[in-house]
Amino acid sequence: MSRRNADRILNGGFSAAAVLASSIVVVILAFVMREAWPALTALGISRFFTDSAWRPTAGSDASYGAGAMLAGSLLVTVGAVVVAGVPGILSALFIQFYAPRSVAVIYRRIIELLAGIPSVVFGFWGLVVLVPVINRLSPPGQSLLAGVLVLSLMILPTIAVTAESSLRSVPRSYGIAATALGMGRWATIWHITLPVARRGIAAGFLLAAARAVGETMAVVMVCGNIIQVPDSPFAPVRTVTANIAMEMGDAQAEHRSALFVTGLMLMLLVAALLIAAGGPRRSDVHG
Amino acid sequence: MADLHKTIDCLTSGCVLVLCGLLAGCGGSPATGNSAQEDGRSPDAELIDPAAAAAPMLFGKLTITGSSTVAPLAAEIAARFEEQHPGVRIDVQTGGSSRGISDVQSGAADIGMASRPLTDSEATLTGHQVAVDGICFIVHESNPVETLTDEQVVAIFRGEVTNWKDLGGSDLPIVVVSKAAGRATLEVFLHYFQLDAVEIDADIIVGENQQSIKTVAGNPSAIAYVSIGTVGAEVERGTPIRSVQSGNVAPTTENVASGKFPMTRPLLLVTQGKLSDRAKVFIEFAQSSDVTDLIEAQYFVAPKR
Repeated sequence: MSRRNADRILNGGFSAAAVLASSIVVVILAFVMREAWPALTALGISRFFTDSAWRPTAGSDASYGAGAMLAGSLLVTVGAVVVAGVPGILSALFIQFYAPRSVAVIYRRIIELLAGIPSVVFGFWGLVVLVPVINRLSPPGQSLLAGVLVLSLMILPTIAVTAESSLRSVPRSYGIAATALGMGRWATIWHITLPVARRGIAAGFLLAAARAVGETMAVVMVCGNIIQVPDSPFAPVRTVTANIAMEMGDAQAEHRSALFVTGLMLMLLVAALLIAAGGPRRSDVHG
Repeated sequence: MADLHKTIDCLTSGCVLVLCGLLAGCGGSPATGNSAQEDGRSPDAELIDPAAAAAPMLFGKLTITGSSTVAPLAAEIAARFEEQHPGVRIDVQTGGSSRGISDVQSGAADIGMASRPLTDSEATLTGHQVAVDGICFIVHESNPVETLTDEQVVAIFRGEVTNWKDLGGSDLPIVVVSKAAGRATLEVFLHYFQLDAVEIDADIIVGENQQSIKTVAGNPSAIAYVSIGTVGAEVERGTPIRSVQSGNVAPTTENVASGKFPMTRPLLLVTQGKLSDRAKVFIEFAQSSDVTDLIEAQYFVAPKR
């Protein structure tokens, strides 16, 4: 076989694999749209925001207000990104600038291990360890706070790893120049490295948020799943994903379709986050 | 160059077609739950088992979907049934009682499982009772409250009583654990206490029995309602929970069996219309005394035969 032919076959194969991979997303989106369609046409999208409660099993009084659950998803996500943000950046700085090489290698492995723990294990840990502690502070324990803490552990690796790679991509010459000008290490980090790496770090935050917003199992276990806009960090919340997981098993007809509508909303939210995360990358650190 | 494009086109359209087929296949399957039945029993399935030769030979597949309370029992019964009828393969999938019922109505499943009585709107279906389950209240084992009246239970779940000290317990706020909408346990509970779902003032909402148990085990001030069957198994395992008597009858399987315990529900196999031979024989088997030991092993009660 000539080299040219081999190239052709490989090229075709790779293209096919790429198209296959990307068409999965399209097919899933089409499937979710199809399932959501009956509810979208019968109820209209506005009822998901204007109805005051989520009561899809109440027969003729059924209402489909998803606002509180969307708020729950957003609060848990934003909370987790805020809580994980500072330690994530600090650990990236530590690896990049302060840790001796051997410590940095071990530390990086530990962070990667954290990323590999299954979410149900995080949830179980949260339920048997974290929730009882929070319950002692302010019952019932299963709460927005528990969700935020468990999720922040889960997204910490994403933030730490992306922050570290952004820091690493800052040209060495910047640091050398700063040192030559007599700036200390912290001054260099604060005034030069962090501002230059800012966009990459922000993209990492958005990726982490996309993961947090879609997380389900751990959230079902530790958040308490009451449909309400929480009035304190100790109040339970139900996220959109938790609601789908809890109700899909028994849902029928319009209820089932309504759950797909909320799933569609989540997909669009995650897509928006990913687009926002990808956008600034193009102008990159040199921009 | 042109034929390269052709090749790619062929490859990609082929892949997309295959993919669509796969996903369409997934979309058409009856339930989202996990199959409780392992594959690969088939190698000797076509052979005639001398033990089963006396019974009419049955062949084919039965799909059973529905209640997560009934599913473990149905899976055990199915395994024993398959031993006796090697030509039959049974898939037990969990979803929830309502899912089981809708799957039977749509024809996606041969037999549904439900852990509540059928409603008037489900009158076209036939329920075949396999066992009885009771629903009782559980608290943490450190909770000193032993009994509650029905009025006290209603007050707790309506949020009218909010501290255990008002019920003779310690000074702890009551954490009310309830179940997600559509769950059979919730419906039986609401029906017995004549409550409406809107009236329940819950602090935590959970999905499955196991989640109720874990929540109460980790929270000294929580109260939840769960299947008596589940409680028996958990207490034996050392989980720090305890059942609370509501009303005058202790929540034990004996009292469920004698009919004294009031808050019970039937565990049903649900069918619609005319049954295949294998479905009929399976239901007869599930209602026979051949499976009493399996029912008792799950802490359910076999109906009087």
